[in-house]
Amino acid sequence: MLSNKFGRLMFGLYSRKRGAVCGVTRSGFSWTAVCKQRTLWLQRSACLKTQQHALPCPVSLRSVSQTTVDPDEVRRFQSLAGKWWDEQGEFAALHAMNDLRVPFIRDNLLNVHNTRHPGKPLAGLRILDVGCGGGLLTEPLGRLGASVLGIDPVEDSIGTAQLHSSYDPDLRDRVCYQACTLEELSAEDEEEGGEEEQGAGQFDAVVASEVVEHLADLETFAFCCSHVLKPGGSLFITTINKTNLSYALGIVVAEQLLRIVPSGTHDWEKFISPVELERLLESNGFSVQSVQGMLYNPVSGAWSWTNSTAINYALHAVKVRDEQAGESGSRPEEDTAATHS
Amino acid sequence: MHKLTRATLALNGLGRCFIAEKHLSGIKIISRGLVCAEHGNDPGKNEVYDVIISGGGMVGSAMACSLGMDPNLEGKKILLLEAGNKKVMDKVPDTYSTRVSSISPGSATLLSSIGAWEQITKMRCKPYQKMQVWDACSDALITFDKENLQDEMAYIVENDIVVAALTQQLDGLSDNVQVKYRSKVVKYAWPMPHQAAESIPWVQITLASGETLQTKLLIGADGPNSMVRRELGIPTVKWGYDQSAVVAVLHLSEPTENNVAWQRFLPTGPIAMLPLSDTESSLVWSASHRFAEELLEMDEESFVDAINSAFWSNENQSELIETAGSLFRSALSAIMPSAGSPRQLPPSVAGIGPKSRVMFPLGMGHASEYIRHRVALIGDAAHRVHPLAGQGANLGFGDVACLTQLLSQAAFNGKDLGAIQHLLEYETERQRHNLPMMAAIDLMKRLYSTNVAPVVLLRTFGLQATNMLPSLKVSSSSLYVQTYAPLHPFETGHHYDNINHLSNLCSTSTATPPSTLFSDYTELYFSGVYNFQGSEPTTMASKFSPKFSVTKSVWVGCRAGPGAADSGVGLCFHTPFITDHSCEMALFPTK
Repeated sequence: MLSNKFGRLMFGLYSRKRGAVCGVTRSGFSWTAVCKQRTLWLQRSACLKTQQHALPCPVSLRSVSQTTVDPDEVRRFQSLAGKWWDEQGEFAALHAMNDLRVPFIRDNLLNVHNTRHPGKPLAGLRILDVGCGGGLLTEPLGRLGASVLGIDPVEDSIGTAQLHSSYDPDLRDRVCYQACTLEELSAEDEEEGGEEEQGAGQFDAVVASEVVEHLADLETFAFCCSHVLKPGGSLFITTINKTNLSYALGIVVAEQLLRIVPSGTHDWEKFISPVELERLLESNGFSVQSVQGMLYNPVSGAWSWTNSTAINYALHAVKVRDEQAGESGSRPEEDTAATHS
Repeated sequence: MHKLTRATLALNGLGRCFIAEKHLSGIKIISRGLVCAEHGNDPGKNEVYDVIISGGGMVGSAMACSLGMDPNLEGKKILLLEAGNKKVMDKVPDTYSTRVSSISPGSATLLSSIGAWEQITKMRCKPYQKMQVWDACSDALITFDKENLQDEMAYIVENDIVVAALTQQLDGLSDNVQVKYRSKVVKYAWPMPHQAAESIPWVQITLASGETLQTKLLIGADGPNSMVRRELGIPTVKWGYDQSAVVAVLHLSEPTENNVAWQRFLPTGPIAMLPLSDTESSLVWSASHRFAEELLEMDEESFVDAINSAFWSNENQSELIETAGSLFRSALSAIMPSAGSPRQLPPSVAGIGPKSRVMFPLGMGHASEYIRHRVALIGDAAHRVHPLAGQGANLGFGDVACLTQLLSQAAFNGKDLGAIQHLLEYETERQRHNLPMMAAIDLMKRLYSTNVAPVVLLRTFGLQATNMLPSLKVSSSSLYVQTYAPLHPFETGHHYDNINHLSNLCSTSTATPPSTLFSDYTELYFSGVYNFQGSEPTTMASKFSPKFSVTKSVWVGCRAGPGAADSGVGLCFHTPFITDHSCEMALFPTK
């Protein structure tokens, strides 16, 4: 019983990843391939910095507004839709995490922007939800009045998210989704001269919740986040720390003992410690405001804030205004990573 | 049959009290989902409301007002459906209505937070300071009063007045709350628990006019025979008492202060006299159907005689119990000479109001579930009690306060208002409160409807001991007096400023004691319930509305960063009408 519960915790934590794997597999390449290529790339880049390396990226870049969803697709997404939005199902822990992450984002944004909109506290803000999955976090932010763009490379998840939000008239105007990666979004804007909606420096906030532990190239991720953010904009990240404890719980227990997650789903090497993440962000023109540990109680199914960042943590960083001019010219290597959620 | 149903109720209650809800929530949701599932075929482009309240009685109207005035719910589309006509009261009628409610200070706080209490006091209401309950079979009595007699114990208000005041408030809220009078619901269609393609995820309501409405959350406030509850197939534990209540307006023989509510337990059922004015009182007499009919058919004079003898007669007392009771009492007063309150005599009745005698059957009912996917039941739709403790309306207003607070918090966290998570919280919190109350009322009703000597002796001792021991009395008075914390901001419109401001204060001054922190503010208002850790007593009582006496306040260190607004400054306090519960809530300063 307990182990089941506990299993559900880990499952919830990592099921996002699983969704991503499925999607990726469907799109024509396997996760392990990504990992291998990443290792390869790391080795190469060590001696050959200029080496450009692009993953085969079959995910088509298309804007799927909810009006263009065709009924056949809608039916196809049916099974997955149930999965994402089942509050007691595989994504239960992610649903429960909204109790922490929504107030975290809301309060920090309210502190910065000082807006006064009763009933719609985040009205007037543009937020980018990277790796939105089924829109579990996108919708609450939209309900708080922000206009939110959710992106995810897994088209099926985007379909789910669109279908789910299409029924709610409050969300129709405020939430939109796009099946693409952060790099594509960032690059798209460059091509179109920044005049488009999703242009450079267009977002007041970027949210990457339970995403960065799945990324192949954090450097590019940080750069792209900075690129799409307005000066002074906020970056919110929640992820898993790189500690022995997270290894024990995340890999050993969830994957090997309980086998809730297929073996090899998670790569502990990709987990990142707050210190490392902080350093990475600071080097990309962010100033980290706060880092706070999060703890999941598998018995009650609820998250709470804690002082220890040993397992999960949330981070809030702000794009530094002054360095904006200097940073924008230099762009590191071409994007190599697909941002999976 | 009764025993069986009571066993269910008791088990349910025990479960509620002792088992953490979350362990069961998974199973519940699944079982509820299965029951609720129904495909919506109508793809219609109907308007989607955020909340629809079905039933515009006292509780339903209060719910609509309360939601309409909550700052976090601003901009939400709220609709109240009422089958009857709009009840406008241009002037207070000369005669008193027979249907009255005892409004506890907690309910009064809710009503004043939505602005209706001022209207009610302007129109007509009668506070009482004391309640005397005594037994027909012995001299045992118990009085409940406030420590200082300035405070009101509760108010007797006519139901019509409450509805009229709420209707007036709703008129002023027309931007936020829509009201459809004379609208009868003919069909409800429930959504699937989880999303499925081509099915509408909202509750659909078909009106008799043919109109179809959709809502994210349906609140059923449609009374003891709730159609919402029936259509959902929620099982209800209920039984009749084989009793009817006879109500009437009584004219007293002489004007008195009339600030005591009188209740006497007769072997046939409790009789209560509730003050309406200096010269008038309201009667609620519970008796068997046949006796009630007799009472109804009597001529006025014999009816008045029957009432007076019911309050004054000693014919049911036996010598044995008399002696045993007085021995026990003298033994008690030897131990505690000063304790106990003297017996007061009820006023005598001279006549009754014209055509004011009405009877209605009594029963008890409790819905085993208060919520389903996107549906919540409040008031009598969820629970119906015997009128002997005057708690019916107060339980309903307690539901309103609790649900409003949870929905407000859910909206501020960007949640779907119909999501089951906070609805489950509502159900747990209210059942945990309502079930013991209902069980106690039922027990009291049963304990006093017998004149078997051992039982009478037992209750005589019990009542006398309770009257003597102040601490015991205090805890039992909390049973009589509605206990729920007013969680509603008294004034709206400052919410975000406050949270922002508090967050700012928190992030800059982590170690400032609240007395300095709030020195710039003249008034403080509550909002939301938060968890507190740490303690450092301070004295801020004077800054509160005089309705609350702060006995203990707790300062919690505020954190910078995540959840700053969620930590907050907390006060632990006792309200005069909440005797043994401390209420925790966060305070936000108002400029």
